[in-house]
Amino acid sequence: MSSKYEVVIGLEVHVQLQTQTKIFCGCSTRFGSEPNTQTCPVCLGLPGALPVLNEKVVEFAIMAGLATNCTIAERSIFARKNYFYPDLPKGYQISQFEEPICVGGWLDIETETGSKRLGITRIHMEEDAGKLLHGEGAASGRDSYVDLNRACTPLLEVVSEPDMRSADEAIAYLKQLRQIVIYLGVSDGNLEEGSFRCDANVSIRPWGQPEYGTRAEIKNINSFRFIKQAIEYEVERQSELIEDGGRVVQETRLYDAESGTTRSMRGKEEAHDYRYFPDPDLVPIEISRARVEEVRAALPELPLAKLERFVSELGLPVRDAEILIAEQEIARYFDACVVAGAQPKAAANWILGDLSRNLNNAGISITACKVTPALLVGMLQRIDDNTISGKQAKVVFEKMWESGTEADTIIDSEGLRQVSDSGAIEGFVTAIIAANPAQVADYKSGNEKIFGFFVGQVMKASKGQANPATVNELLKKKLAE
Amino acid sequence: MKITENEVKKVAKLAKLTLSDPDIERMATDMDAMLAYVATLASLDTDGIVPTAHAVPMANAFRTDQLRPSLERDAVMAAAPKSAGGTFRVPKVIE
Repeated sequence: MSSKYEVVIGLEVHVQLQTQTKIFCGCSTRFGSEPNTQTCPVCLGLPGALPVLNEKVVEFAIMAGLATNCTIAERSIFARKNYFYPDLPKGYQISQFEEPICVGGWLDIETETGSKRLGITRIHMEEDAGKLLHGEGAASGRDSYVDLNRACTPLLEVVSEPDMRSADEAIAYLKQLRQIVIYLGVSDGNLEEGSFRCDANVSIRPWGQPEYGTRAEIKNINSFRFIKQAIEYEVERQSELIEDGGRVVQETRLYDAESGTTRSMRGKEEAHDYRYFPDPDLVPIEISRARVEEVRAALPELPLAKLERFVSELGLPVRDAEILIAEQEIARYFDACVVAGAQPKAAANWILGDLSRNLNNAGISITACKVTPALLVGMLQRIDDNTISGKQAKVVFEKMWESGTEADTIIDSEGLRQVSDSGAIEGFVTAIIAANPAQVADYKSGNEKIFGFFVGQVMKASKGQANPATVNELLKKKLAE
Repeated sequence: MKITENEVKKVAKLAKLTLSDPDIERMATDMDAMLAYVATLASLDTDGIVPTAHAVPMANAFRTDQLRPSLERDAVMAAAPKSAGGTFRVPKVIE
């Protein structure tokens, strides 16, 4: 059914900024504190309190704008967005309407048919509302409870153009945007805690029709999986409506994760009349071009630039590089290994292999594990100089994971030194050949598969310490005699 | 320009005001007079004039991102008409 229609998606993302204090007052932005312990006259909206803009918020907004190819406005103003809701103490939200701080950017995403550019209309600064708690139990059935710790927490709202044509494109955009804000250090991007929230504007239209259809705005989507479900459900719903001769009405719909559906928020039409006007309490923001360049110069390496460097300068396969950059901490770890002298591909293999597996099993982040980049590189060097074999390295790694001890110490205490001395290995080889005349005859009559048997026997005799390359070489030579 | 009673009702609803019928009638007349007064401004030629967001010619009043003590919660709750467990208690809101 949906194949008759093309889906058009635009996204509004609210990014909570990682500042110490709120956007207009000095209260803490810490998550999870006791209700209403981080409030003051400004964020409570008490009469006469004056908001003063946190300069860090402006810096973070410029960073986010530059990283998404926006133009940074030379002049920008705050506006009041008026509506009544118990989580909004002042009766208006301080936001930006006309003259937002960033305009006209874009992100490139990879699709099955190649790279696609998605427009960003604007990024503006605003304050968050408080949190409504709906209590359970008999006494609380008639009431709601308001916690204003979150009120006045700084947000960036990133508004995209309606450029996405599938749920997958929407997700690719969101993942990239999230990765960018995390790399910039402006947000922790935590979806569960609401640091990265997404509303999706979804409409459909018959293929080839230039005009957009009427859109529904879907709120309350807090995971990438839900975004896909919500969009797909909405496309289905709108298609059915149109097929049945109805029409889509412009409204706000709430996504319900349990049923995977969206439902109308009983939209009161006039509730959307926000009567924006410039906030007289806050003076305009003027950003010099010198300031923009100063912020640009201090930007960290962004995910796509890192990917490009890992592939073209360090010679990693694209797939490896993609996994490494997916999490900034892992990318940093890898970089630290390379700086400490590791061969990039070897470091990547260990990070993406044994280290990632152990991290997953233990459920900890790479910064919390005992194997530091220096320790890992220390072990890689012992593989490179043939002190230990790849197989022995796995034993060293596990010990290192448990204890955080240096590779050299583990190699000594576990007696894991690889025997590369050909005299010693030759002794093992000669003994094994002498002890297995039947297998030697079999090998000589053409059964080359049995070669592995000899390797195994020699390794066993050497207690796994013989250098496998030397073993192979000597066995080939001796068996040919 | 004529302000209708329906427009007054809409604005009253947005402002969460309950107005009696005589109030609405009076408001419509008053608001009409106010708008007519302001409408004389529309006769001015404002081409090329940047819209004024602020009357005070200054910009960039910032504060540094430094923590300041918040209010004691008990003091905050003392000002609340109804509270429970350190939260403001309000009539039930359903989205």
